Amino acid sequence: MAVAQSPAQPAVAAPAAPTGSRRLAEHQIGRLLVLPALIFAILVTQAPFLLTILYSFQRWNLNRPDQRGFVGFDNYIFLLTRDPAFYEVILNTVIFVVGAVLASLALGLLFAELVNHRFPGRGIVRTMLITPFLIMPAAAALTWKNQMLDANFGIVDWLISLVGLRGPVWLSDYPMLSVIAVIVWRWAPFMMLILLAGMQSISEEVREAARVDGATARQEFFDITLPHLWRFMQLGGLLGTVFIVQEIDPIFMMTGGGPGDATTTLPYFVYEKARESFDIGRGAALGVIVVLMSIVVITLLVRLLDRMLERQEA
Amino acid sequence: MATLPIRRAGRGVSRETASPLWAISAWIVGLIVFFPVLYMFLTGFKSENAAVELPPRLIFWPTFENYDAVFGINFVPFFRNSLVTSLVSTFFVMLLAIPCAYALALYRPKKWKDILFFFISTRFLPAAGVIVPLYVLFSPVGDPVLGVPGLGLLGTLQGLVILYTAMNLPIAVWMLRSFFEEVPRDILDAARVDGASLPREMFQIVLPMISPGLVATAFIAIIFAWNEFFLAYNLAPKESTVPMFMVRFVTSEGLFWAKLAASSTMAVIPIVLLGWIAQRQLVRGLSMGAVK
Repeated sequence: MAVAQSPAQPAVAAPAAPTGSRRLAEHQIGRLLVLPALIFAILVTQAPFLLTILYSFQRWNLNRPDQRGFVGFDNYIFLLTRDPAFYEVILNTVIFVVGAVLASLALGLLFAELVNHRFPGRGIVRTMLITPFLIMPAAAALTWKNQMLDANFGIVDWLISLVGLRGPVWLSDYPMLSVIAVIVWRWAPFMMLILLAGMQSISEEVREAARVDGATARQEFFDITLPHLWRFMQLGGLLGTVFIVQEIDPIFMMTGGGPGDATTTLPYFVYEKARESFDIGRGAALGVIVVLMSIVVITLLVRLLDRMLERQEA
Repeated sequence: MATLPIRRAGRGVSRETASPLWAISAWIVGLIVFFPVLYMFLTGFKSENAAVELPPRLIFWPTFENYDAVFGINFVPFFRNSLVTSLVSTFFVMLLAIPCAYALALYRPKKWKDILFFFISTRFLPAAGVIVPLYVLFSPVGDPVLGVPGLGLLGTLQGLVILYTAMNLPIAVWMLRSFFEEVPRDILDAARVDGASLPREMFQIVLPMISPGLVATAFIAIIFAWNEFFLAYNLAPKESTVPMFMVRFVTSEGLFWAKLAASSTMAVIPIVLLGWIAQRQLVRGLSMGAVK
């Protein structure tokens, strides 16, 4: 990752300096305070990544350790041209992330709007809505896999049977939908928290003025609340993407990436290559590809963030 | 269940009470979302046979046999390990992130934006992508073929603490920076004109002002560390943290839902209670200064 720029550059007087020497000292202090965290982050995150790059150019399968050696770009070429699962996995990842983030945002918006009005027990309802975010992902995945979605003893299919229909075997008939559902259940509350903060920063005067002008609740929501929330939705979408793309516990616990590769996302694919196929070289090459693709997405997202930062400063 | 004080000077919240229909819809949605948690909690007090009974019984005579079974495995080490890794890693996160975010917000070193983006970009890297290199680096031998030394951290809590610190550091820097941004400049300028030293400026003036933000950041770090499964599963011993304790009750034969529900309940309760108590801070903390 080459996003970091070394801060070790001569400090120069800032434009609006009160006194030159004072500002000089401030720059040095600023650098000193940043360095420990920066060095730690570089060491812990970049050292394993360097090793990944090295391994990606090696043939190294733990089942055949004697055949280890450098093979140039062979692993990359294999993945990009011959691995039957590669493009399916990329498509899975896009569906998984986009679907989960958008659904979480939409549900989070609904939850936030619901509890942003006064009614008896509002605090309790908000507490209930926040709770899934606090649940350990592994515990959530197991509860959903068994007690909610099981075809024989699960609640969801039982409810469907009450209206006389036969529910599907969720994890094999709709595996991606099932995994996304669990992710959304945990991340919609997160979106709600962000959007609620956004709603509470709308001044009551604006709302009241709108009401005095005879705006209906729906007009108030679409004309005042929603435009104001745009920034918060961007923030939620951004953070949601970062966290959700890495969600691996539900896939690991619920489907193991299957059936076939139906729920294998890129991070899970990397893990599978290494821990199940014992193919360190290809796993590493895949890891590098994931990082390169992330850099593209990061660059786009960072531009968005940058715009948000500038607006914040303005 | 915790009811929380919501009658703050109603900023943004509609002052009028919503219609009964609104209230009923909100309650229904809340109950649906909460149901899996409630059901998990209740199942922990059922016998294994009752746990798979349909229609499910929501009112029943509780049994403690699952908790007996769960307590039969010594859970204390798991909880102690989780507590230690969560708290120690959060301590290091704050130790590194506070000065860093402080400088990024209030001293603006050159390229402060690049630094901030570097931090957040480290959080974009999927842990799964580096699990093998981490394994190699953490092992006692390293990789002799490439001459990479091993750190001997495999299966240790120290290893997890290092990884959890790195995992939470970007979020903490990001959140704290936005809290420091909110500190009024004139207060700082006044302190500096008075010749306040940096430690005095930081510890006596700025940090007390943003203490809610500090609490929120620490909570987020604790939540993520406590709930982390993947790194612990791959790099720590099977007797390490609470998630490892929980999955012990998943078996391939026989009924295990009730015991799993009991162990899951125990695993999630500390964080759920913490989150319920700290709701207000979470709302503020997660908005990360976008409110301004």
